[in-house]
Amino acid sequence: MNPTGDEHGLRLLHKMLRIRRFEEKCAELYSAGKIRGFLHLYIGEESVAVGAMQALTRDDAVMATYREHGHALARGIPMDRLMAEMYGKHEGCSHGRGGSMHVFDATARFYGGHAIVGGGLPLAVGLALADVMQHRPRVTACFFGDGAVAEGEFHESMNLAALWKLPVLFLCENNLYAMGTRLERAQSQIDLALKARSYQMPAEPVDGMDVIAVEAATKRVAEAVRRGEGPAFLELRTYRFRAHSMFDPELYRDKAEVELWKQRDPIMTFTARLEERGVTTPEMVAALDASVADEVERAVQFAEAGTWEPVEHLLRDVYTPAVPQPARVNGAA
Amino acid sequence: MATMTYRDALRTAHREALARDPRVFLMGEDVGNYGGAYAVSKGLLAEFGPERIRDTPLSESTFVGAGIGAALGGMRPIVEVMTVNFSLLALDQIVNNAATIRHMSGGQFSVPLVIRMATGAGRQLAAQHAHSLEGWYAHIPGIRIVAPATLEDARGMLWTALEDPDPVLIFEHQALYNMEGPIADDAGPVDIDRAVVRRPGKDISLITYGGTLGKTLQAADTLARDGIDAEVIDLRSLRPLDMPTIVDSVKKTHRAVIVDEGWKSGSLSAEIVARLVEQAFYDLDAPVARVCTAEVPIPYPKHLEDAALPQPPAIIAAAREVVGHRG
Repeated sequence: MNPTGDEHGLRLLHKMLRIRRFEEKCAELYSAGKIRGFLHLYIGEESVAVGAMQALTRDDAVMATYREHGHALARGIPMDRLMAEMYGKHEGCSHGRGGSMHVFDATARFYGGHAIVGGGLPLAVGLALADVMQHRPRVTACFFGDGAVAEGEFHESMNLAALWKLPVLFLCENNLYAMGTRLERAQSQIDLALKARSYQMPAEPVDGMDVIAVEAATKRVAEAVRRGEGPAFLELRTYRFRAHSMFDPELYRDKAEVELWKQRDPIMTFTARLEERGVTTPEMVAALDASVADEVERAVQFAEAGTWEPVEHLLRDVYTPAVPQPARVNGAA
Repeated sequence: MATMTYRDALRTAHREALARDPRVFLMGEDVGNYGGAYAVSKGLLAEFGPERIRDTPLSESTFVGAGIGAALGGMRPIVEVMTVNFSLLALDQIVNNAATIRHMSGGQFSVPLVIRMATGAGRQLAAQHAHSLEGWYAHIPGIRIVAPATLEDARGMLWTALEDPDPVLIFEHQALYNMEGPIADDAGPVDIDRAVVRRPGKDISLITYGGTLGKTLQAADTLARDGIDAEVIDLRSLRPLDMPTIVDSVKKTHRAVIVDEGWKSGSLSAEIVARLVEQAFYDLDAPVARVCTAEVPIPYPKHLEDAALPQPPAIIAAAREVVGHRG
């Protein structure tokens, strides 16, 4: 099943469970009015973020979208600080300024949390450019959805990254729907890897519902990217089980389709594989799940106990405080 | 004391910045082989090489966004956008990313990026190369907007902007590139947050910036011959606006005319009028007047372009009317 051993398999399962249970709690808290704004759940796609993050080192950078709770947790942003951010509390990882859609964390080199579709891609190109110019062997992992492929910034960024041979790992999470618009209704060519290949970069589709397949593919291409061979593209085929956001009545897809994809639930299928191989027992999985439930509960308590940023701080960090200006050498009349 | 053009002053500023700080690099359309659409970067590719003088594809959104990303990654990029009209293709990156990331990340990340672009009309470039949209950018919290109108500012503002930890947009009026004059050999960095009185006077404050500073000073000379002693203020920074300097001037002259190549509606000139009403209402002896561009897309034929733009006769007429008004 995987070359890295049973313990690693359990670790991947744990990471996926943390995302699943965290987000289930978020949905509950949203209904309770504790979390506001837009809330986009990643449930069903956990294998993508968890598998892909295995290819990154602490020095690498991550650029994500507004559906980024999974990436944040998989990248190692503490769950309690993430939950506090969902609440808008000062103890949140963006100090409450961003909320669900704008998760930032300097320690994790997590550069957002971007809610303009496609808007993060140029930033990823720039981060990679900075690494090349400063001779750092780093990778910038840039997550985006199939919707972003329709944006001009996707094409501009693919071209520039390839032209300048920049170490960007373009990770397209194809969950088939850009909000409510199915890929076929938005794209004249639905083979997304083909688009990437036209920019002269290696590109391949991957079964995004299989955490091991995602991990293996990402590790393989990330190494080439890190060696300086230029950017690479993976199309991670996945599916979102929940609505686009909490306001979405899901009029655009059949319940039968959702049910069919749920048969391929990445956590369920991976658990079954681990059990089949004798790595886990149902009791072990239940215990793991219980420990995750505890962690989620502690995160909620942390967020509840968090503080609201004083209103007097409203204008803070619009600009960096008090930049010393040079005395005017010239310019005066 | 050397004689050089505004373009030379900008180029000198780039050369100094590139030599001083290895994190500084320039990227944009045709900044390298071509030497810059306005020849600002001519010769820099040969001097500093293609790693630091980067020609980009015509992808405004992505090369501006890459500038933001590179700034986040520890570099000090200078991004040249050919004209303000083209910068609209990068508006998403400037407004949604550069201006927000510091605040949205709770102060964890800042964006030390400089974006330079040409603005303004006067060269018969018609309605897609000649608008003055810097006032729009001045609407946005999170970025600084400056407009060098003199050789000293052309040379000195870039230095200070590069040291600023937040994004700074520098607007260079295209009519100024050939402006020639003396400049001190040791001209250095200048502040980028204060307005300056370019011509002291006691009867009326003429408030302007960038490409209309010269026309306004010319109008002030004519007014002086009529016995009207006009004070001319060069805003230099459009965001933040240095209201203390403006209000001090108006408290002295009690009269003001704003000269702005932007349109009047929803504009920077409107903002200055509003702030004067808020902060200096009882010091005013006459209604504030504005001389702005006619509310049309900039036309191609010279006579129509001239008629659309603020010109010295209109500035003189507005000043006379405001001075003639008995409060």
